Amino acid sequence: MSIPLQLTVNGERRDLVLEDPRVTLLDALRERLQLTGTKKGCDRGQCGACTVLVDGARVNACLALAVSHDGARIETVEGLARGEALHPVQAAFIAHDAFQCGFCTPGQIMSAVGLIREMRAAGETAVDVERVREGMSGNLCRCGAYAGITEAVVAAAQTEDAA
Amino acid sequence: MPETVARTRHGSSIGQPLTRREGPLKVTGQARFAADNLPPGTLHAALCTARIARGRVTGLDLAAAENHPGVVAVMTPDNAPALAKHPDDKDGPFVFRLDLLQDWSVRYANQPVAVVLAETLEAAFEGARLLAPRYAAEEPRIGLDAEAPFTPPGVGVGQPPDESHGDVEAGLAAADKRVEAVYETAAQYHNAMEPHAALAQWEGDRLLLHTPSQGLTAAVGRLAGLFGIPPKNIRIESPYLGGGFGSKGLISGPQVLACMAARLTGRPVKLVARREDMYGPMGHRAETRQTLRLGTDAAGKLTALDHLTLTASSRFDDFFEPAGGVSHTLYATPNLAVRHRGVRVDTGTPLFMRAPGEASGSAALESALDEMAFACGMDPLEFRLANYAETEPLSGRPFSSKALRECYAQGAAAFGWADRPREPRQMRDADGFLVGWGMGTATFPALMFEAQARAELRADGSGTVEIGAQDMGQGAWTALAQIAADGLGIDLDRLTFNMGSSTLPSGGIAGGSAHTATAGGAIHAAAAAVIAELAGIATSDSASPLYGAGNAGVVAEGGRLVRRDDASRGETFGAILARAGRERVEGTGKASSDPAAQKSYAMHAHGAVFAEVKVDPDLGQIRVSRLVGAFAAGRIINPRLVRSQYYGGMIWGLSFALHEHAALDPRTGRFLNDNLGEYHVPVNADTPEMEAILVHEDDPHVNALGVKGVGEIGITGTAGAIANAVWHATGVRVRELPITLDRVLG
Repeated sequence: MSIPLQLTVNGERRDLVLEDPRVTLLDALRERLQLTGTKKGCDRGQCGACTVLVDGARVNACLALAVSHDGARIETVEGLARGEALHPVQAAFIAHDAFQCGFCTPGQIMSAVGLIREMRAAGETAVDVERVREGMSGNLCRCGAYAGITEAVVAAAQTEDAA
Repeated sequence: MPETVARTRHGSSIGQPLTRREGPLKVTGQARFAADNLPPGTLHAALCTARIARGRVTGLDLAAAENHPGVVAVMTPDNAPALAKHPDDKDGPFVFRLDLLQDWSVRYANQPVAVVLAETLEAAFEGARLLAPRYAAEEPRIGLDAEAPFTPPGVGVGQPPDESHGDVEAGLAAADKRVEAVYETAAQYHNAMEPHAALAQWEGDRLLLHTPSQGLTAAVGRLAGLFGIPPKNIRIESPYLGGGFGSKGLISGPQVLACMAARLTGRPVKLVARREDMYGPMGHRAETRQTLRLGTDAAGKLTALDHLTLTASSRFDDFFEPAGGVSHTLYATPNLAVRHRGVRVDTGTPLFMRAPGEASGSAALESALDEMAFACGMDPLEFRLANYAETEPLSGRPFSSKALRECYAQGAAAFGWADRPREPRQMRDADGFLVGWGMGTATFPALMFEAQARAELRADGSGTVEIGAQDMGQGAWTALAQIAADGLGIDLDRLTFNMGSSTLPSGGIAGGSAHTATAGGAIHAAAAAVIAELAGIATSDSASPLYGAGNAGVVAEGGRLVRRDDASRGETFGAILARAGRERVEGTGKASSDPAAQKSYAMHAHGAVFAEVKVDPDLGQIRVSRLVGAFAAGRIINPRLVRSQYYGGMIWGLSFALHEHAALDPRTGRFLNDNLGEYHVPVNADTPEMEAILVHEDDPHVNALGVKGVGEIGITGTAGAIANAVWHATGVRVRELPITLDRVLG
């Protein structure tokens, strides 16, 4: 069985032929497209390490079948920086020490970018800390860098180009 | 390493709150973790694991798995490559038994019983499912009442199970007031976000292994023994660990199975554990039942402290949680007994998990102290100060340093502790929630292992430092580089710093909160050797402004050697080397604990944690609303990273108090919650406003750098503080952790 599939990943068109319909979006990114920035922590949608944006919305890539997303626009952590210039969320994560081991970080960052877009789409002009804590609670951090994560997302949400 | 790294300043870098040097790689997805490697021809591996806790596998549907498209091989006890040493042979205190398909027996649930190798991940997992093992199951022995307790030969690694001084029974008999209480703590699993992963490749009898390791040298030694090859034939790359917390301190069975599978198939093999695979063969924190008996005189001073721990090891190996260790060191008492008893159960072997011993023991001891303080009619902080240990209670040794009084004072002031009502159930917030305040003392030993490092300075003023150290998120890439740059007297951007590979000098184990002291000590010594040689060249060269100053009379700073008594007299490293006709100066150094100092002093970090909780009076739901910790841990290399370690530790303490509990079905010995949905750890919204105060402490004795550890102490104190706050809010003393709403409503 071979299934052709077209994705736009970080603005670039990628054509894939999957030999197997069971391939998740996460494994397609990691094992087929060598985009290993997106991490697998649990493979069942419980930890958020694999968070990517699919057509602009936050998705656990481990729970998405790749074949279900033919034609989709995918954004991953590899696509945020513009050359040497970090995305405001990435820069804020470094400045606020919002990670330790760094394994959940790509998912946290994509989740943060998605959350900031959600808040803007909802017309929320002031950034509410409790809203950020709740909105980031689909992403586990076992190192316990939550204080820095919250600070980083709040700070980045107040910059122009964070979404 | 990236050279586009944020820095706050140049020059003397120790003590500076630099951001993480590897940060740009981690926020862009470029940091390469073990599972991110995929060399051409790699086979994907999936574990088939036992669905019973005791018995044997009687059959596998090999044909079904082998006939599945994409499956290349199935490794079972029948075809697994022979090992040079049986994995049950123990030839050192840090060697634990591994399950490596040596026979068909099953010793615990989730034990690997076969490995499926396939061209794709999907085929490997389907093959593992199709194996559908058949079993001859025996009744599992589970829980602390599984058998009659016995006295284990040792607890932790080689510590005596029973230690005492004075006469506890006499002390209790003479007491004015007594408290006796039994506390239970649940089994916990590390659950690092990165599952254990191994990418193994053989070339003849040489092994290349990408795998996360907190202890590269020990892992190489273990693999060399198992495969019967010289250690130099093994290269392990571990630049980044996605968390470890002890679970990656020793190489685990599944990581070795990847190496065996690569040998069997002659191809690179990538084995990434599923989350449930990590509940069994990778260690855990065993459950405890701790009985505390305390007595006080009329002034509220302890007359006796008896700390009895019952815990469980596996049926086939020894690791008994050394929970009583905290009572050796914390509170002054003339009569002290610390005892451990054990049972054996059909689980994987427990191992080191962040603050092994101290985390569980502190949770019980701090709760008991709180109960005793209330019985004495004293404030919990006042009671702890009344029983402040000026020397280590068990050994009588003086402390190398102990700024615990300052921790109490600064933490209490920041929290506002003075306003705390003595009686429970006195405070409510505007929404009607019950509010409670509790506190606990934090403590963790300042340990030291062994490490080596090498350093080099070049004529262009640049330098290199190399050590096989490991960064699991604690910040070694940054803090150790700061020590290296200071040691060589150069700016950080003139330093090349390499670590995370077994090809480098041994960095010791990243564990026991000892890595900065140990690896940092070795780096400091290697850099000092380089500077000493350079100083020797300069001070004996009549053309140098340092001529005649003597080695000890010069210091290195800003790429120059200068006179200690007159920094304006000196010259650049380059000028010294150029006159000597040298391109570079090299040096090596090592670090280990100083037995004389160990004998003379008790060495511990200390702290005080204050917690506020809010409890729904109708539903029993508990939220921690505030946490303040004040910690004294000697010299602080990087306050930004240290604060993050304290926060992380305090969140682990919160998790210990309210969340974590690995549940086994007593009928089957299988897990009820071996996943991140049902094994609860805190999410962002579970964590409160936090403050970590870095209390100044100078320690001239602990080691060359004056550094104690910061990675584990945050858990201790915190779990007890939260338990005490729950009591203070509700008047209900829950002695079974985690404290869940059903237990509060009782």
